[in-house]
Amino acid sequence: MIHPALEVTDLKVYYGFVHAVKGVTFSVAPGEIVSLIGANGAGKTSLLRAVSGMVQSSGQIILDGLSLDGIAAHKRVQLGLGHSPEGRGVFQTLTVLENLQMGAFLQTNSKKIRDKLDYCYDLFPKLRERAKQLSGTLSGGEQQMVAISRALMSFPKLLILDEPSLGLAPKIVQQIFSIIQKLNADGMTILLVEQNASQALKISHRAHVLETGLITLQGSGSELLSNDLVRQSYLGL
Amino acid sequence: MQDLLQHLINGLSLGSIYALIALGYTMVYGVLQLINFAHSEVYMMGAFAAYYSASALNLEARPGVLSLMILLFVAIFFCSCLGVLIEFLAYRPLRKAPKINVLITAIGVSLFLQYSAQVFFGADPKVFPQVLENTTLFTFFDVPIKSLDLSVFVVTLVSMILLYLFIFFTKYGKALRAVSCQIQVAPLMGISVNRMISLTFVLGSSLAGVGSVLVGLKYPKIEPLMGLLFGMKAFVAAVLGGIGNIPGAVIGGLLMGLSEEMVVAYLSSTYRDALAFGLLIFILIFKPTGILGKNSAEKV
Repeated sequence: MIHPALEVTDLKVYYGFVHAVKGVTFSVAPGEIVSLIGANGAGKTSLLRAVSGMVQSSGQIILDGLSLDGIAAHKRVQLGLGHSPEGRGVFQTLTVLENLQMGAFLQTNSKKIRDKLDYCYDLFPKLRERAKQLSGTLSGGEQQMVAISRALMSFPKLLILDEPSLGLAPKIVQQIFSIIQKLNADGMTILLVEQNASQALKISHRAHVLETGLITLQGSGSELLSNDLVRQSYLGL
Repeated sequence: MQDLLQHLINGLSLGSIYALIALGYTMVYGVLQLINFAHSEVYMMGAFAAYYSASALNLEARPGVLSLMILLFVAIFFCSCLGVLIEFLAYRPLRKAPKINVLITAIGVSLFLQYSAQVFFGADPKVFPQVLENTTLFTFFDVPIKSLDLSVFVVTLVSMILLYLFIFFTKYGKALRAVSCQIQVAPLMGISVNRMISLTFVLGSSLAGVGSVLVGLKYPKIEPLMGLLFGMKAFVAAVLGGIGNIPGAVIGGLLMGLSEEMVVAYLSSTYRDALAFGLLIFILIFKPTGILGKNSAEKV
């Protein structure tokens, strides 16, 4: 039997008294792009952080048939989670290459690491040029490329992308979205959180709308794109 | 000219020991944003560990490079264990607590070790065994180069080069810098933050161990409160170089040693200690980030 790549059941996240995620259930099938859209403060990033273990949560998270309950963040990477965090979180004092090497921290097969590095460099040729440069000196778009590549370097079964288009020029945003599609075409399962709802819905197989910690709408990307509520609230149409 | 050269040598020798200790402060700060006040006591305990093992092994009867190496090894091992233990027992349970709580705990650990040492070792100063004969190796522009000064310099240089190679060229060194840069994000690479913090304490405390043996050789009087002033000055050196910055700690330490030596030589030895704290006040007023420290603008 084929497991879902990710199965989240009744997930709740609290920050002290603040109830950021109030019981969310959804799943991602292998090979899908699933996106979560919603306004600021809807709980999108908290949800992703709960999945990768950066914040405490209750409920059930099952990655490829394995419960992540009680598993520390750094051990979830081994199980196949790759997370490119909000705000990119590149290691600014490390070079681009060192950042990517850190992505492969748990990998031991140096041939596989080299091949994956080449794969990333082919996705983002800019990174190959800048391999020896400190990543703190890169532009926002380039840092985003580092963050995505770094997550890929851990050979994830599920790639989590938190706001990959945040603060980037429109041309770069286009590039990032087409890379996401290419990754998916190469077989990567992707959970995407985006403010840029129209772009996200266009490339997603399925999507969920998150509002103040709850999923209020779900459907295929194209269904949501034509949904009146979504058009008014998130697409500004 | 000859005097100046001699003072430069003394200053560099003292400064390189400050730098060793300052590295421990700066590395822990770089990762935890904690000023580890117990660091100076790790250094003190290292000196005692070396003292007792030297008498147990009767190393004074066989002075030489081998005896020095044995002492260094003992001090490094003992200090690493102590540093990791302090982190594990005192700081780790407070990982999610406000920074000020951890800081106060660090002061508590420092006092605890100082006074425990007085209880167990006695408050009287002890004479550190001279495991290396202080002979004149050669003269350089009429300045005699002593074996002690040279070994202090060589040992610190080798330690720093090893540290540099580790931090910049090994996988765990890179992971350490990654944790120091983005402690939230590092686990997403599969890096165990706790393990990296332990590693930081191992490295910093090892350098303190090296420093303790070198100080023991050069100023052969050890006592339970020896870490207090020396540690403070090393801390000031770390701030001077820019706390959290590794090359900064080395520069700060050397500057500190040199300026202290110059004050003693050309002003008065009364001002020796005033200089360190005068420097601290001066930096905090005019360049709080230190020589190599950068203003970090918090991005919103």
